[in-house]
Amino acid sequence: MALTIKVNGVDRAVDVEGDIPLLWVLRDVLGMTGTKFGCGAALCGACTVHIDGVATRSCITSIDSIGTSAITTIEAIGATAAGAEIQKAWLDREVVQCGYCQSGQIMSAAALIASNPHPTDADIDDAMSGNICRCGTYVRIREAIKQATQSNGQGG
Amino acid sequence: MMLHKLISEGAVTDRSPWADGLSRRRFLQAGAAAGGGLMLSLNLPFASGDAQAADAEGFAPNAFIHIPGDGQIVLTMPYVEMGQGTYTAIPMLIAEELEVDLSEVRLEHAPPNEKLYGNPALGGIQATGNSNAIRAAWQPMREAGATARTMLVQAAAKRWNVDPASCSAQGGEVVHAPTGRRASYGDLAADAARIPVPAPETVALKRPEEFRLIGTPAKRLDAPAKVNGTAVYGIDARPPGVKIATLAQSPVFGGRVKSVDDAAAKAVKGVRQIVRLDDAVAVVADHMGAAKKGLEALAIEWDDGPHAKLGTDAIVGELERATLNAGPVAENIGDVDAALSGAATKVEAIYQVPFLAHAAMEPMNCTVHVRKDGCEIWVGSQVLARAQAAAAEAAGLPLDKVVVHNHLIGGGFGRRLEVDGVTRAVEIAKHVDGPVKVVWTREEDIQHDMYRPYFFDRISAGLDSKGKPIAWNHRFAGSSIIARWLPPAFNNGLDPDTTDGAINLAYGLANTHVEYLQVEPAGIPTAFWRSVGPSHNVFVTESFMDELAAAARHDPVAYRLALLDNAPRAKAVLELAAEKAGWGQPLPERVGRGVSLQFVFATYMAQIAEVEVSKDGTVHVRRVVCAVDCGTAVNPDTVRAQIQGAIMFGITASLYGEISLKDGRVEQSNFDTYQILRMNEAPAVEVHIVGSTEPPGGMGEAGTSAIVPAVTNAIFAATGIRLRKLPIDTEQLKSA
Ligand code: FES
Ligand code: FES
Repeated sequence: MALTIKVNGVDRAVDVEGDIPLLWVLRDVLGMTGTKFGCGAALCGACTVHIDGVATRSCITSIDSIGTSAITTIEAIGATAAGAEIQKAWLDREVVQCGYCQSGQIMSAAALIASNPHPTDADIDDAMSGNICRCGTYVRIREAIKQATQSNGQGG
Repeated sequence: MMLHKLISEGAVTDRSPWADGLSRRRFLQAGAAAGGGLMLSLNLPFASGDAQAADAEGFAPNAFIHIPGDGQIVLTMPYVEMGQGTYTAIPMLIAEELEVDLSEVRLEHAPPNEKLYGNPALGGIQATGNSNAIRAAWQPMREAGATARTMLVQAAAKRWNVDPASCSAQGGEVVHAPTGRRASYGDLAADAARIPVPAPETVALKRPEEFRLIGTPAKRLDAPAKVNGTAVYGIDARPPGVKIATLAQSPVFGGRVKSVDDAAAKAVKGVRQIVRLDDAVAVVADHMGAAKKGLEALAIEWDDGPHAKLGTDAIVGELERATLNAGPVAENIGDVDAALSGAATKVEAIYQVPFLAHAAMEPMNCTVHVRKDGCEIWVGSQVLARAQAAAAEAAGLPLDKVVVHNHLIGGGFGRRLEVDGVTRAVEIAKHVDGPVKVVWTREEDIQHDMYRPYFFDRISAGLDSKGKPIAWNHRFAGSSIIARWLPPAFNNGLDPDTTDGAINLAYGLANTHVEYLQVEPAGIPTAFWRSVGPSHNVFVTESFMDELAAAARHDPVAYRLALLDNAPRAKAVLELAAEKAGWGQPLPERVGRGVSLQFVFATYMAQIAEVEVSKDGTVHVRRVVCAVDCGTAVNPDTVRAQIQGAIMFGITASLYGEISLKDGRVEQSNFDTYQILRMNEAPAVEVHIVGSTEPPGGMGEAGTSAIVPAVTNAIFAATGIRLRKLPIDTEQLKSA
């Protein structure tokens, strides 16, 4: 049975069982490899996407649970204001090391500042602690989020 | 990883072109490039400046600098980017000497090429260990850049019929100031290619005070693709028609498959094939979701084999017993026994560190297409030649029939210095028609890692009546990675990796005796980690130094400083860290500061951790101050980033890291049972770099080893409890 999901504004028909996690549909069926596999159990955040703007672990989100909701992935997050701010801050602050976790980090951070333009340190901890970075880029992630939210402030 | 150390200690120096006076020209050639322009070929060593990877018979270039007619400089090099900034720092060396902007150097990404990587004799040392790339490239890359610059200047001088000394290179052009004539590199490249390579003596390297780029922060060239999802890691390879496989390997190392019932797995939609190997079963499917479902539906019966009952306790017992006997002597200075017998105070302790997994964020994976007459693999590897050789052997093909496509690595930390994942993937792919990507689940990745070894240490010291250490006696047992990975470097029971951080301490200790006993516990494979020797030894030696300070009732920083009169660089970093951390200033209750000092990877580093211990035993590292002298910091921003990250890696090891065995099985499986430090636990980190013009030291690993004793020493300062076994036991700290 083919299901239709809406990814980055485009309807995509996929022929997989309904309980297959979105992560594998994105990566293996649609060939969108920017979203990463880290744990498969909602423990690391590498697979984070937005579903109707909410940061969501795609590795435990079955494809039949999404319905008509809008899925946004790292490939398209730069088209949102928050995503572009975050990507810019990531580059300005030289956050990345191996980079493998960073798609997920950026998706979590973009969702945070889109919903909370002036997050406190505790807000950052809450939003970002589900995303593991084995290279340990946390210091710079925190700085980059702060930078992005400062420019938020300037822009009103 | 620390190949540089092997080299510097003579393990592989017999072929060193830089040290033995062989003509440098043999390792640097220049001429016309096939597609036009100037081509320099050079042989980059895989370790510190005095080593190389070519076979002694001939010139085997592995790095190329191409200046085509359009003037852009194209660099192809053998090191792999794993997050450590190599793809940025090494182009800086070329750009510096060639007098061009960093943006003018284009890196040829992923250099798989049978000609470069096809020599199995190179396999032994063709590796990117975190800490060696920049150290290895430092001299030859700058020499190559300076040679190219000299040739371009000569070409221009010849064209204008002027003295080369009256011309200079700047901004990608050669300029003749007296006449105002100028010509671009691209324009000169073809002429330069016809000029003989100048003798090394005639090529002047820039002096440190002339550096424009080296020592200034540079933007990482690999960053943009890593923030927009376009960076391609091994796990992202998608050759047309690729199937996805995942696997279950014998849960006990050395076990075998007894029987498989795959009826239910085959019924899963999207599952294509079940591959049964001797000691593993793989499910091949259209996508990982189906492969995982198929794997869960398999009923596999295992024959657990000889290690069916193995537990960590038995291994610890084996190591402990080994330390009751004398072992090979790694270092002996003075007379420890005599000094001990005359000591006013004796201190002794037992330390232990656990097996550790790498847990890189990118799970193990390798994509393979086996055809009758050849094999292609797509993988992120720190050892391309070994990956190729492993694939050839598993496929039963000659080496030149195996093509390796190398990719970005989602965290190496030593795991991608092993090729077990390549062998495994080829074994599976041999049964599959078409390309197949073998992806390990996180559980497989953790339970079939090759682990940082367990070490068991006995250490003792004697203090004189003033509390100064006059005898230092250290003996430890555990696995040697070098003995398996690079056997020629394992001599007389010793190797330079396992003992790094236990010997050549920065302190002036008059009587020192260090022994290492190689014990290879059966039933659990071991491998390099984000350092092996230092990650273990620095914890032991710097914790014990703290114990001595406590026994002497001295301040831990002052106690160390008193031993550093002959080590000015060490003293300087310790003083700087103490000053910046506010050492000695009052702290709230249950908060303590701990210090560590180390000299490893040719880098001096001091760290001070500020740690809070809650009543329930929870430890929170609040702040870390690091002072480092790593010689020339080629890209200081990368040095900072590497230290910040390495500190998180080391805190993870201090607080959580432990792989244990029960009934032969690894008990941890995913990030719930093998915890990694998270954002809410991450300390503020300050890194202070001491300016230096010494050659660069290694950076990728140093920060990890230094933080561990800083944390445990801080716990001692906060609670009075000395923890001598990792990871820390919060039970012991409850209401302490
Ligand atoms: S892969 Fe989804 S949270 Fe780790
Ligand atoms: S940058 Fe490597 S895991 Fe985060």
